[in-house]
Amino acid sequence: MELPTFWFMLIAVLWIGYFVLEGFDFGVGMLLPVLGRDEVERRVIINTIGPVWDGNEVWVLVAGGATFAAFPEWYATLFSGFYLPLLVILAALIIRGVAFEYRGKRTDRTWRARWDVAIIVGSTLPALLWGVAFANIVRGTPIDAEHEFVGSVFDLLNPYALLGGLVTVSLFLTHGALFLALKTRGDIRHRANELAGRLGVVAVVISVAFLVWTQLERGSGATLVLAVLAAVALVLALLANRVGREGWAFTGTAATIALAVAMLFVALFPDVMPSSLDPAWSLTVDNASSTPYTLKIMTVVAVVFTPVVLAYEAWSYWVFRRRIGVENIPVEATPAAGLS
Amino acid sequence: MGALDVARWQFGIVTVYHFLFVPLTIGLSAIVAGLQTAWVRSGNEKYLRLTKFFGKLFLINFAMGVVTGIVQEFQFGMNWSDYSRYVGDIFGAPLAIEGLLAFFLESVFLGLWIFGWDRLSAKVHLACIWLASIGTILSAYFILAANSWMQNPVGFTFNEERGRAEMTDIGAILTNKVLLVTYPHTIFAAFMVGGAFVVGVAVWQLVRHPDRDAPAFLTALRIGAAVLIVAGIGVSVSGDVQGKIMTDVQPMKMAAAEALYETEAPASFSIFTIGTLDGSEEVFALKVPRLLSYLAEGSFDAEVEGINELQAAYEETYGAGSYAPNIPVTYWTFRLMIGTGMVAVLFALVALYLTRRGRSLPSSPWLMRAAVLLPLLPLVANSFGWIFTEMGRQPWLVFGLLPTAAGVSPGTTTAEVVTSLSVLTVLYGVLAVVEVGLLLKYIQAGLPEVRGDDTPDINDADAPMVFAY
Repeated sequence: MELPTFWFMLIAVLWIGYFVLEGFDFGVGMLLPVLGRDEVERRVIINTIGPVWDGNEVWVLVAGGATFAAFPEWYATLFSGFYLPLLVILAALIIRGVAFEYRGKRTDRTWRARWDVAIIVGSTLPALLWGVAFANIVRGTPIDAEHEFVGSVFDLLNPYALLGGLVTVSLFLTHGALFLALKTRGDIRHRANELAGRLGVVAVVISVAFLVWTQLERGSGATLVLAVLAAVALVLALLANRVGREGWAFTGTAATIALAVAMLFVALFPDVMPSSLDPAWSLTVDNASSTPYTLKIMTVVAVVFTPVVLAYEAWSYWVFRRRIGVENIPVEATPAAGLS
Repeated sequence: MGALDVARWQFGIVTVYHFLFVPLTIGLSAIVAGLQTAWVRSGNEKYLRLTKFFGKLFLINFAMGVVTGIVQEFQFGMNWSDYSRYVGDIFGAPLAIEGLLAFFLESVFLGLWIFGWDRLSAKVHLACIWLASIGTILSAYFILAANSWMQNPVGFTFNEERGRAEMTDIGAILTNKVLLVTYPHTIFAAFMVGGAFVVGVAVWQLVRHPDRDAPAFLTALRIGAAVLIVAGIGVSVSGDVQGKIMTDVQPMKMAAAEALYETEAPASFSIFTIGTLDGSEEVFALKVPRLLSYLAEGSFDAEVEGINELQAAYEETYGAGSYAPNIPVTYWTFRLMIGTGMVAVLFALVALYLTRRGRSLPSSPWLMRAAVLLPLLPLVANSFGWIFTEMGRQPWLVFGLLPTAAGVSPGTTTAEVVTSLSVLTVLYGVLAVVEVGLLLKYIQAGLPEVRGDDTPDINDADAPMVFAY
């Protein structure tokens, strides 16, 4: 296999890792006001992702860095072209990250309510905008012969891309609800269970519409297989959830996200950013990539260290495997007034 | 101001801001790891309480470092896309490696450390903070490899057809002589910040609440002061070597550091100057004879090239244009960097002297003021150092290869960059207030109480978490 193709696959894997992992913590963040009926429940919800959300977020940094290293043209066109959506994502990730760490540092009600807003907004906006961004990449954007994005932000807000945004929001919500069902106990677990079932139905409808649209626009035999598998995985996840097999249900939504993202990347290949103006101006794995020398160095580093990273990150999930309930939340010296 | 100027201001603001949190993260993570090691080895509860106290302050700071770091990585592509196209083949690799080797290590093991008090054995838990600390130190190496390449491009060839620099030798990039000296300089400087922070907090506690946990804070004071002094020596030694390497690869930067217009042999170093704003004419200057010759070349007689001569030489090589950086900025940041750092070390020596052989600190309002000021001194020294080295590289983005003006995103509008600068500045301003407020709250609270039985029954599903958000 050619090195640029290998790196295209590796970057796909990094984005899959990012969406599967941060997908559920975005979902958990969005569900904070829905499933957290009082302060203690909200703390249960936040603590299910407390030890792992930061590690999940590193996936996007590595995906971005790997794109810079392996496909500088792709990185340059994408980041300068999708300027304002990325700025919003940045602002959202900033307030969200700080919110997890700072929320519990004061007990007063206003303080916590404000950070709750930061968590909710900071989780919803990236969940939506990453979907919009990826749909636009696949659909093609106005890129000129110099590889410059020449459109405006309104070109990015087209129906297909907005539908893509709804797909990520609805999938992450379902994924997050199933994560909470898997990681909590007691009343909150059952509510998460039930909510996941209802959210899942919405996710199925939106996702299938988007996958069909994608298949019609840029589909091939391979994308069809992946799209069907993604849809089947989602339906199986919901069935597993109904019979109380939360582990399988969560695995199902993880597979759905992985397969759907894989389908987008397969639909894209061999382009990395197709031009809607002239196919000859599209960025491809070949004209956007780094030199074979750089790719070779990067391959050695990735092959040696990725398994190590996967091992210790998996171990951290194992360490924090137990379910959390309201009983596990330590009583605070001066308890915050109830929120409900 | 056009998009270029706004993009430069944004880079300066968000990078200096990000680097307020980075040195404290690097310095304090190792100090906290050291305190926890002392607790695990000695079983002395004082060390556990200090670990938890400084650990909490460390995490408040770390959160800001993480979120402001994301901006750094996105910003190259957003505002500097032509730069990214030009250098991506070289510059991207250390960035990606930094993420894979360092960011995962920091984030995963800090997550384990924060929430792992009751989930991991004492030794494994201790290993987590050390691994996170190693992550912060590894991270510095790779990002400095990228920056050093911009100061002194090595191990590459220029591809005419693609119009970009291409890597030919990763070994040369990872052993760039600028990197080999900048790395220890930066790490020592970070430990100065960590040490000064601990000393400042400890002195404040000892003067404000002399009856509250004085033995523990005395220990902290002496540990912090020792770190600050040793790191200060490391900074001076590495800085000295760095000056000579800089004279070799970027002579204009050294000339700009002294505002030396005409070549001199031997060259003197001015402590401060009163003169015209661009430094071209001096009214009064306090000078140390021959010192610049030593700083630049390692000999008290050596000739140091002046700005005018270098300008003429560069015009010959690169064509017409100005090749001198902003002289007042380089002149003053260079002095302020050295000056603020030296004052911090001096304070640490005084603090050690005052507390010699178990003496307690005298109660003085001046000591309190100095305690508040102290952590800021090496912190601004770090900022001045970075402003000096980055401004001193101007007008180049990559020295000798790519002018700064050629790196900006051609398709990005001024309105977009202004929006981005405004959003980030407002957000950063608000978060700075929040962060400092929290730090003060937890500094004032003093050492937390710890329960003797800090390891609850792991099989009890209802046991409360030792730490929870």
